[in-house]
Amino acid sequence: MITFDSVTKRYPDGTVAVDHLSLEAPTGEVTVFVGPSGCGKTTSLRMINRMIDATEGEILLDGRPVREIDPPTLRRGIGYVIQQAGLFPHKKIVDNIATVPHLLGWDRGKARARAMELLERVGLDPAMGERYPFQLSGGQQQRVGVARALAADPPVLLMDEPFSAVDPIVRTSLQDELLRLQAELNKTIVFVTHDIDEAIKLGDRVAVLRVGGRLAQLADPKTLLSEPADDFVREFLGRDRGIRRLQFVSTEGLRLRTDLTVPEGYEGGRSEPWLLVVTKDGRPLGWIAGDGRGGPEPYGTFRPGQDSMRAALDAALLSPSGCAVAVDEEGKVAGVATREALDAALAEAADA
Amino acid sequence: MNWLTGFFGDPANWSGPGGIPARLLEHVEFSALALVLAMLLAVPLGLLIGHTGRGALLVVVSANLSRALPTLGLLVMFVLLLGTASIWPVIIPLVLLAVPPILVNTYEGVRGVDPELRDAAYGMGLRGGQVLGRVLVPVALPLILLGLRLSAIQVVATTTVAAYTGLGGLGRFVIDGFATKDYASVVGGSVLIVLFALVVQIGFTLVQRTTVSPGVSQRVRSR
Repeated sequence: MITFDSVTKRYPDGTVAVDHLSLEAPTGEVTVFVGPSGCGKTTSLRMINRMIDATEGEILLDGRPVREIDPPTLRRGIGYVIQQAGLFPHKKIVDNIATVPHLLGWDRGKARARAMELLERVGLDPAMGERYPFQLSGGQQQRVGVARALAADPPVLLMDEPFSAVDPIVRTSLQDELLRLQAELNKTIVFVTHDIDEAIKLGDRVAVLRVGGRLAQLADPKTLLSEPADDFVREFLGRDRGIRRLQFVSTEGLRLRTDLTVPEGYEGGRSEPWLLVVTKDGRPLGWIAGDGRGGPEPYGTFRPGQDSMRAALDAALLSPSGCAVAVDEEGKVAGVATREALDAALAEAADA
Repeated sequence: MNWLTGFFGDPANWSGPGGIPARLLEHVEFSALALVLAMLLAVPLGLLIGHTGRGALLVVVSANLSRALPTLGLLVMFVLLLGTASIWPVIIPLVLLAVPPILVNTYEGVRGVDPELRDAAYGMGLRGGQVLGRVLVPVALPLILLGLRLSAIQVVATTTVAAYTGLGGLGRFVIDGFATKDYASVVGGSVLIVLFALVVQIGFTLVQRTTVSPGVSQRVRSR
C-alpha cells in the first residue's frame, strides 16, 4: 500500500504543485490520478519513487517512509513506465527489458529468460528481442516499456501517461492488455492520465485532482460518475456521464427472448415487426421485416453477463429493430434483448 | 607527375633521418601525442559538464577562443619561450587546437540526449555514474567521435606547420622544399600529408562502425 500523508510540493519560486495531498493506493489495486494539466498528478506520482522529493508530509510504502530509502534502491523495487517508453536506443529489446535484473545482479541467463518470458506476456513476438527500439512501432515500444517495468517483478508499478502518445486504436488495445495483465499479476498500480475515460476504464479507484494540486474527489469509477463531489468534478467528467455510467451496469439480469429468430430463407408469415435471421450454425445474419420482405438489415451484438449495459444499448442502437442480439462465447445467438427489456433494465439502473 | 616520380622514385628519400619513413613516424608521433593529450583533457571534462550541467560557460569560452587563437602565432610564441630542444613547443599549441572540438561535441552529445531517456534511466534505479556510462555515453558516442575526428584532422594538418620550428614531420618536405626550390619535395610532401589525413578519416569511420551501437546509428541489418 502507498500512503500519501499530507504531502506538499512547493518549488523555490513559491509555486505549489501538490497541496496537502492525503490518500491511499491500496495493495493490488489500480489507483488513477486524473486531472487537467497543472494539477500535480505527475508530480505526485514522481514523489513516490523520489524522482521528486516532497517538501512537506510523508509518503509511505507499506508503512515505510520513502525518504528513508536510498533513491536508486527504492526505484529498483518499483516499476516505472513513462509516456514515450524511454527505451535505451543502443540496447536490444531483450537487454532493455533486463535493465533492472542486470542492476540487481541477476545471472545473465536468468535475466534473459525472464525478458523473453515478459515479451510474450505483453503480447510481442519473442523474435523482437533481438531488435533495437527504433525498429519497433510506438505501440510496440510502449509494450516493451511495460515489460521492462515488470522485469524484476516489483510489487508496485508507476505509470505516467504511458498510453497518451499512441493512436486511439493502439491505446485501447494497450489498455485492455494492462487490465488482462493486472488480473494475473495483482500489482499495486498508480496510473497518471489526463483522459477521464482512461481513468474510468482502468481505475479501481480514481483520484481527481484540481489545479494547484488539491484532491477534488477519490472514489471508485461508478461512484464518481453517479455522485460527483462538486461542479469541478462534474465538469471534468464531461457530458456523457449518464451513458458512461452504464458501463458499470451488468447485463446479467437482462430479459432475453428466444422466440424472435428465424432460419435463413424465411419468407414471411409472422406478426412480429422484426425477426432475426440466424444461420444454420447459429450465428446472426441480420434483421428482416416480419413480412419477409427486404434483405437482412444490420445488427449489433453483446455478450450477456460479460459486456455492460452500455454495450447492449450500443448494440440495440445499431439495428433498425432497436433490439440487441445476445451472443455466447462462440458468437452464436443466445437470444434477443428487446426495447422493452432494455427499457426495464435502464429504469432499474436509474433507480439504483 | 615528373616531380612525383622524382620524389618517390629517389631511394635517398626512403632512408635516413630525413627520409619518408622517419618523417612519417615523426608526424604520427606528434599528431597522436597531441590528440591523446587533448582527448584525456576534453572528453572527461565534456562528459562531466554535459552530465552535471555545471560549467557550460567553459565550453562556450573554449569554442570561441579556438576560433580567435592563431595556431601559427601560438607555435612561434612557444618556440620562442621554450626553445626547440624538446617537442613541447609543438605539442602544446596542437593540444590547445585539438581540445575545443572534442570538448564542444562531447558536451553537446551528452547534453542532447533525450531528457525522457535520462528520466527513464534514473527511474529504473541507475545511479548517476551508471546513467552516464551505460546510457549517455553510448547514445552520445557518434558526436563524441565526430569531435575527435575533427580534432584529429586539424592536428594532422597543423602538424605540418611544426616544420617551421625545425622539428620534424612531413611538413619538412614542403617547407624545406620551398626553401631550396625543390618542388618535387614540395609536391611529394603535400601528397603524403593528404594521404595521411585520408587514412585518419578512414580509421575514424572504422572505429565509428565498430563502437557505435546499430540501435543508435540506425543501420538496419538485413535479415
